Amino acid sequence: MQELGKADLNSTRIIPQGDNRVVIEKDLDTEYMVLSMGPQHPSTHGVLRLECITDGEVVVEAEPYLGYLHRCFEKYCEKVDYPGIVPYTDRMDYLAGINNEMAFCITVEKLLDIEIPRRVEFIRVITAELNRIASHLVAIGTYGIDLGAFTPFLFCFRDREHILNLLEWISGARMLYNYVWIGGLSYDVPADFKKRVDEFVTYFKPKVVELYQLLTTNEIFVKRTKGIGIMPADVAINYGWSGPMLRGSGVDWDLRRNDPYSVYPELDFKVALPDPKFCEIGDSLARHLVRAIEIDESLKIIEQCLDKMPEVDGFDPRAAIPKKIRPKAGEVYGRAENPRGELGFYIQSDGKSTKPLRCKARSSCFVNLSAMKDLSKGQLIPDLVAIIGSIDIVLGEVDR
Amino acid sequence: MGLLDARISNRNVLVTSVDNVMNWARLSSLWPMGFGLACCAIEMMATNASNYDLERFGIFPRSSPRQSDLMIVAGTVTMKMAEKVVTLYEQMPEPRYVLSMGSCSNCGGPYWNHGYHVLKGVDRVIPVDVYVPGCPPRPEALIGGLLKIQELVRMEGIGVSRQEALKKLAEKSVDPQQVIGQARKATA
Amino acid sequence: MPAAVQQSKAAYDIIRERFGEAVSECDANPTMPFFEVADTSKWADIALFMRDDSRLKFNYMACLSGVDYMEQGQLGIVCNLESIGGPTHKIAVKVKCARDGGSIPSVSCVWHTANWHEREAYDMYGMTFEGHPDHRRILCPEDWTGFPLRKDYQVQETYHGIKVPY
Ligand code: SF4
Repeated sequence: MQELGKADLNSTRIIPQGDNRVVIEKDLDTEYMVLSMGPQHPSTHGVLRLECITDGEVVVEAEPYLGYLHRCFEKYCEKVDYPGIVPYTDRMDYLAGINNEMAFCITVEKLLDIEIPRRVEFIRVITAELNRIASHLVAIGTYGIDLGAFTPFLFCFRDREHILNLLEWISGARMLYNYVWIGGLSYDVPADFKKRVDEFVTYFKPKVVELYQLLTTNEIFVKRTKGIGIMPADVAINYGWSGPMLRGSGVDWDLRRNDPYSVYPELDFKVALPDPKFCEIGDSLARHLVRAIEIDESLKIIEQCLDKMPEVDGFDPRAAIPKKIRPKAGEVYGRAENPRGELGFYIQSDGKSTKPLRCKARSSCFVNLSAMKDLSKGQLIPDLVAIIGSIDIVLGEVDR
Repeated sequence: MGLLDARISNRNVLVTSVDNVMNWARLSSLWPMGFGLACCAIEMMATNASNYDLERFGIFPRSSPRQSDLMIVAGTVTMKMAEKVVTLYEQMPEPRYVLSMGSCSNCGGPYWNHGYHVLKGVDRVIPVDVYVPGCPPRPEALIGGLLKIQELVRMEGIGVSRQEALKKLAEKSVDPQQVIGQARKATA
Repeated sequence: MPAAVQQSKAAYDIIRERFGEAVSECDANPTMPFFEVADTSKWADIALFMRDDSRLKFNYMACLSGVDYMEQGQLGIVCNLESIGGPTHKIAVKVKCARDGGSIPSVSCVWHTANWHEREAYDMYGMTFEGHPDHRRILCPEDWTGFPLRKDYQVQETYHGIKVPY
């Protein structure tokens, strides 16, 4: 007989079989239970629904159901003209608006074949990197909440607010900017932009260390994430993972370096890779570490850009914007490195109209999330939460 | 206006109506359901977090509809989500309030004409008390909307229906232009 | 011809050599070099060859987009492929099928990425993917009528009693 209140840990055995699969052996006969998580659940980061088949505390299979935030982005692309699509791209991955705009604009610019002024490129990179930091701060903060740490969330949002203030000062909006336009920018940056960004970087550098001490090296946090949801590199590539997720699996791949765009080739930065000293390659902690390192790298990029950015008197960021944006007939697939991975746009233009014939957004979260079914097999329910958090999904981008 | 403004005699005796006490208790512990749908939810989170600190109004997000008395519909409601929103609304205990945050849940927002899968306004499925416009509304705007809900609570009472309370609130409405003008004059 | 396009052309030549008439001529435009699969039934074989051949190693599917060619009465998909850790070439592949009741072989067993993307293409355009392990709608609800991204799509009036248009 089993003592009351003391679960017999031997009754269920989880035996890893390599390749992310496990075999569950048990002595007791149990029944499967279907557990629906979401679409309104605090740990699903929005309106994702997971239908878990559970055997006690062990998840046998978790099937994601999407579409609760399907906002018809691709329909809109066919209905509004090119500059009009830019605000809609903002609303896809709403945590990293500038990165989305930039990805879309460089795609259309590829098709238009126009030259972008150097100053515009630098401003784009600075704002995009600022936005990347803001986005990673939300990812890290909410990941903390998922695992029961509330304080990092407050710290992250405090610092994020500084970035939002900066971006609001530049573009006029706190979150959805419509700042990067096809061929240029909506406004030049204000006069003492360099000074204020510099101030922010100086302020923020010690805070990264603080955050690191608070969360990344926290014993409980490490226990909850280390070795959880391991994804081997080749499977990750086959799943089409990108961004911090792919790098977390130890693949040295960053579009900013491997398929460079804008002024990234001139900048000196490291591709963030997890350190096997702290984590197992490919687990949730590794993905978290990559994000933490990327914040540091982004700060470096910003500093270099501030140094290199040319000062132009009476600069007009709208000068290079064509009067009528009507690309020649053809197709293009352009992409950029977003905080969550590769955001690509496939655009088909017929050369006559000012609207694309077809514009498909390849969203990173959508692809990253598709591995959920494999990742969750044989995990415990609390670990499932840790895995979803480490994927860092934004439902606006998953469902578009 | 509020309970604390009522006169407290020197024997620490407070004379007030039951309505007042009840409303004061209710409006200073409005618990919204943490219900993030889209981009607006991020602004809602920012309002909850350090800089705007909603907890000083006694507003603290709960994860379960059964413990909350306010639903903040923050973001785009889609056709697939609409029925779930109704279910969640029905799970909330009375008296319940609904605040629709952002253009999307007010009227479909940027997705109003070609968004085949977007519900054009959450008021097509559940009754809404306060609308907060904006895409996304700033945290200040959200706080403004929440204060409006508090005012509405204050107008209610035993035997006073929501309709009557809304009517009373409408009679008491202030013209913001006037207030702004006065403030400008005062600072000039 | 830019270097990137030359690389794509070289990759295409290997495929052409293996499959001959089953693939069409390569369109070596500078923005997105692509070729078309003329014999749709061979698509899964071509995909497997592209992934596993040691000279090609297209192990990463960046994107799969459904397209509606209304004038030709066809639906199609466009796949953007490349290689991570292998050669630096990229290429796009187009596969087409009839607009009514057309079907395309599924490649979700070759690249897992294709699994959800094919479901999305089915959801939006309504072509079927033969051999897909989980052939369901993904974004729209199960009981949605019509395929939203077809050029002649008419939105339904009500869904479960809720008015859909503004
Ligand atoms: S109103 Fe704007 S910010 Fe809010 S959910 Fe809709 S699109 Fe997003």
